[in-house]
Amino acid sequence: MIAALFFYLFAGILVASAFMVVAGRNPVHSVLYLILAFVNASGLFVMMGAEFLAMILIVVYVGAVAVLFLFVVMMLDVDFAELKQGALQYLPVGLLIGGIFLAELLLVVGAWVIGPGVPAAITAPISTTVTNTEALGLVLYTRYVYFFQVSGLILLVAMIGAIVLTLRHKARVRRQDIATQVARTPATSIEVVKVRTGQGLGSNSVGGNP
Amino acid sequence: MDFFWTYLWPLLIIVGQSVLLLVILLIGIAYILLADRKIWAAVQLRRGPNVVGPWGLFQSFADLLKFMVKEPVIPAGANKGVYLLAPLVTCVLALAAWAVIPVSAGWMIADINVGVLYIFAISSLMVYGIIMAGWASNSKYAFLAAVRSAAQMVSYEVSIGFVIITVLLCAGSLNLSAIVEAQNGPYGLLNWYWLPLFPMFVIFFVSALAETNRPPFDLVEAESELVAGFMVEYGSTPYMMFMLGEYVAIATMCAMGAILFLGGWLPPVPYPPFTWVPGVVWFALKLLFMFFLFAMAKAIVPRYRYDQLMRLGWKVFLPLSLAMVAIVAAVIQYGGLATAAMK
Repeated sequence: MIAALFFYLFAGILVASAFMVVAGRNPVHSVLYLILAFVNASGLFVMMGAEFLAMILIVVYVGAVAVLFLFVVMMLDVDFAELKQGALQYLPVGLLIGGIFLAELLLVVGAWVIGPGVPAAITAPISTTVTNTEALGLVLYTRYVYFFQVSGLILLVAMIGAIVLTLRHKARVRRQDIATQVARTPATSIEVVKVRTGQGLGSNSVGGNP
Repeated sequence: MDFFWTYLWPLLIIVGQSVLLLVILLIGIAYILLADRKIWAAVQLRRGPNVVGPWGLFQSFADLLKFMVKEPVIPAGANKGVYLLAPLVTCVLALAAWAVIPVSAGWMIADINVGVLYIFAISSLMVYGIIMAGWASNSKYAFLAAVRSAAQMVSYEVSIGFVIITVLLCAGSLNLSAIVEAQNGPYGLLNWYWLPLFPMFVIFFVSALAETNRPPFDLVEAESELVAGFMVEYGSTPYMMFMLGEYVAIATMCAMGAILFLGGWLPPVPYPPFTWVPGVVWFALKLLFMFFLFAMAKAIVPRYRYDQLMRLGWKVFLPLSLAMVAIVAAVIQYGGLATAAMK
């Protein structure tokens, strides 16, 4: 009963905040609602016993991706009224797509019959003796190790691509070279000059001139 | 009646435990805050707060009262909802992390399997309090601080993540109690992970300073450039909640250091009379030791420049911690140290 209660709590907030992501007038508020939706989704994961996925969802999506999202949205100079005008135009199309998606989901779920051999064929058997994290690691690094590595490779390529696209070498930027700074000695960096009273150090007198 | 014993009674127990933990934690925070100021003052040959109560012991409570009775001011251009939500988010998240921290064997609110990940997730959410405050204040300084903090906290989370992974490799579990138990051995404090993983302990400590925006990485509230950073527009109770959240987050990081590297509640010498002391005392002592290091860092290290901060995070700590993950994994695998659970 408690489980059902919490399911409806999380699911209700999830759907409501997802709606607010679309309906919100201020884009920053939309991103904040998106974050709320993520957190509630991870609550649903916890309820299903997938605590590792729940925590990873928060660490990766909420802790890193959504921060960058929020960051970009805050930096943008957005005209809220204009944005809202545009959103209303797309409402019928959005409703149509949503309706089609809902109908398809209903058709799929309504006619969903899993053959007895299917779960064994597509997934590794779910162990009940080890923890969630361990079970995930056991299949991820053995059975699906190539897929795992390939997805990592794709991310690496994407990362390098982003760096290549945005990196610009400016010619006249003075960069700090920590190694050179540390390697300096008094002999190379300090010049002891005798200053005569009343004469000071003119620009022509630097360098030990009399 | 059956309903009462199945649902309400456990709920009451959890609520009672949580209230007890929160009260002790908040009183502890009040004195940690005082200790911070006293240590800082002692390094600078000042007296520090010494007026309210004997040796200034009630200073934090006087401050609390002062903040409570002040009038909260909301700037006219501020986004009101987000402006007031930000300190709440900071405070609540910081306190929520303590739900899984084991203060002694079996003494925690929730003994979950992914305790380390939970704390990591919570501390990665802490950045939202700062970003929301910085944006909602509608002020240049606050926004610059928010921009800085987003980059800073995300950067140092990466290296903290790798540090945690090396500890997990050694302990073979994500459960905080299991990590502490894995450090239990006949040599006492020589069995704790600070010794074999000493470079990671250093990286963890420095990253924890950056993650909690403590000096020398307090660029988020750098007084000389940004006045007070993201909290420049805040006053009275919302400001107090920021301070509280900040210090609770520091205490959380100290507790994490104590659990991951200093053996949690284990006694430093596993023989009597040290084993007679309750585990919670050892845990508190280790937490205070970590906090003393935090306070000393604040007192003796000058503030970093922002590009230096980024360089340290991405070009020094990230490769170092990544290499250590590989080295530790190799040593465990080929040195025959893998536990049964890993095979």
